[in-house]
Amino acid sequence: MKAFLAILRRDIVITKREIVPFLLQSLMQPLFFLFIFGKVLPGMGLAAGNFVAIMLPGIVALTTLLAAMQGVSLPLVLDLGYAREIDDRLLAPLPVAFVAYEKVLFAALRGMIAGSVIFPLAAWILGDRFSVRTDHIPLLIGMIVLTAFTGAGIGLVMGTSIKPEQISLMFTLVFTPLLFTGCTYYPWGQLDHIRWFQVVTLFNPLTYAAEGLRYSMVPPINGHQLKTLGIEWVLFALIASIFGTCLIGARTFRRRVIS
Amino acid sequence: MTDTPAIQVERLVKQYPKSKANAVDGASFTVRRGEVFGLLGPNGAGKTTTIGVLITSVLPTSGKASIMGVDVVQDPIEVKRHIAVVPQMNNLDRSLRVREILTFHAAYHGVGRKERETLADKLLQELGLADRKNDKVPRFSGGMTQRLMIARALMHSPDVLFLDEPTNNLDPQSRLFLWDRIRELNQRGLTILLTTHDMDEADRLCERIAVMDNGKLLVNDTPAVLKKMIPGGHSLELHVGTTQQETVTAALRQLPGVTKVDELGSVADQIGVHTFRIYAEEVGSLVGPAAQAVLGVGAEVRDLSVKRPTLEEVFIYLTGRQLR
Repeated sequence: MKAFLAILRRDIVITKREIVPFLLQSLMQPLFFLFIFGKVLPGMGLAAGNFVAIMLPGIVALTTLLAAMQGVSLPLVLDLGYAREIDDRLLAPLPVAFVAYEKVLFAALRGMIAGSVIFPLAAWILGDRFSVRTDHIPLLIGMIVLTAFTGAGIGLVMGTSIKPEQISLMFTLVFTPLLFTGCTYYPWGQLDHIRWFQVVTLFNPLTYAAEGLRYSMVPPINGHQLKTLGIEWVLFALIASIFGTCLIGARTFRRRVIS
Repeated sequence: MTDTPAIQVERLVKQYPKSKANAVDGASFTVRRGEVFGLLGPNGAGKTTTIGVLITSVLPTSGKASIMGVDVVQDPIEVKRHIAVVPQMNNLDRSLRVREILTFHAAYHGVGRKERETLADKLLQELGLADRKNDKVPRFSGGMTQRLMIARALMHSPDVLFLDEPTNNLDPQSRLFLWDRIRELNQRGLTILLTTHDMDEADRLCERIAVMDNGKLLVNDTPAVLKKMIPGGHSLELHVGTTQQETVTAALRQLPGVTKVDELGSVADQIGVHTFRIYAEEVGSLVGPAAQAVLGVGAEVRDLSVKRPTLEEVFIYLTGRQLR
């Protein structure tokens, strides 16, 4: 336990030193999205004013998930590939799987921070268009936590199974589909006119994260509550995904560090 | 309890998947507490894999290994409390500063804050790194990297220290400095297992040496005893220009006191010149007679030298080939 905490403290110390690049890296994309979709397009009359309210939870989901995913996948690919800086931690007196779980926990924390910063940012960019319902705050917090761990779990699987020379290819093969089938920019319920695509999105954990956040964030529009995926399905899918990826990831991690 | 050996390896076998030959093939040895033990052999002999098993990063296919009486497979976490590793490659944490590398290492091992800070300062001083304590490591030279990795290894007061090719690629000055540190650490009671393919290094540092080749231990004894394996200790090497090697060998065998004559093949780059090696109790007195014997059969002496009994010679004697 002491070893686990010391390893966590190491990651926190390092991130504190790189806080500006970290925030820039995770916030650049959402910042422009908010600006274009929340300010520019509605100003031209090209997007309905309430579109941004539906999109904001998607942006929070994506930012949280990606920040967590990158927080574990990239460092692990490099470390297991050739840097071997992780060796010293593998020789610490704790089960090697815990070194992997520490990475997941830490990356999830990064995801939560990145996701939370979106709220003040959105309030600032969107002005009076910023509206988030306040009666689901505990659920909202829980959703951000779950989303962050989901991202970190996916990152662990990626980080332990990708070789350094495959980085750019794998990131294209994983990121792009993840991004566009994840119900980030559209609500799942309104996909029913393309049934097959609606089914495809259900295989993407990001869909559940975005829909759960929509459930807990979008206020009633013109007196109507936005229909989302059932929250109990969302919670079930995310928790299952976290357990699944952590189990698989810890196993591949062990296989990579003990021959 | 105090007489449990520091390291015990019994009939250790490791076969990597997709590989036909065993990387370690039935090796057994024991390292006593407080000993400096050398594991010698050419690249690919199985030294690093053996260390890998002992430091819990390689799972053995069969056989047993234990550190301070703790089985490496059954209780790797307890084993890690007893050991420290200085690897062949630089694996320093490049995100941390020099002093932090030490303090975090100690923290991973549960050493308290005050204790680890005092110890870090002391070790940086001893290893001549005190004025670099806030540097980042990417700018470090090979010698400094090695010293820092040794300092790191000592931060949790291990019982057994593993040094994998500690002075490979170091300049002569850094080598001498490291050799002194290694002796010093051993005098403080640390058990040290080092691998090397430098026979001179092994001879200077190790109390006992095991020579490994193709995953097996060929011998395991003190350097002095190993050197005595060459009959008579010294040997005489002749380069002879001849086409009739067998006649030359026969003539050399006739000399008084000769126990063995080896024909080691032709000398590189010299056509028709062959190397012969004579083992005898007193080779010094054979220099003249040997030359005469060669001339007597119509051959020509091109070179003649007395070989001191170095470990390198022992290795050639054991395996019939050069170390590198």
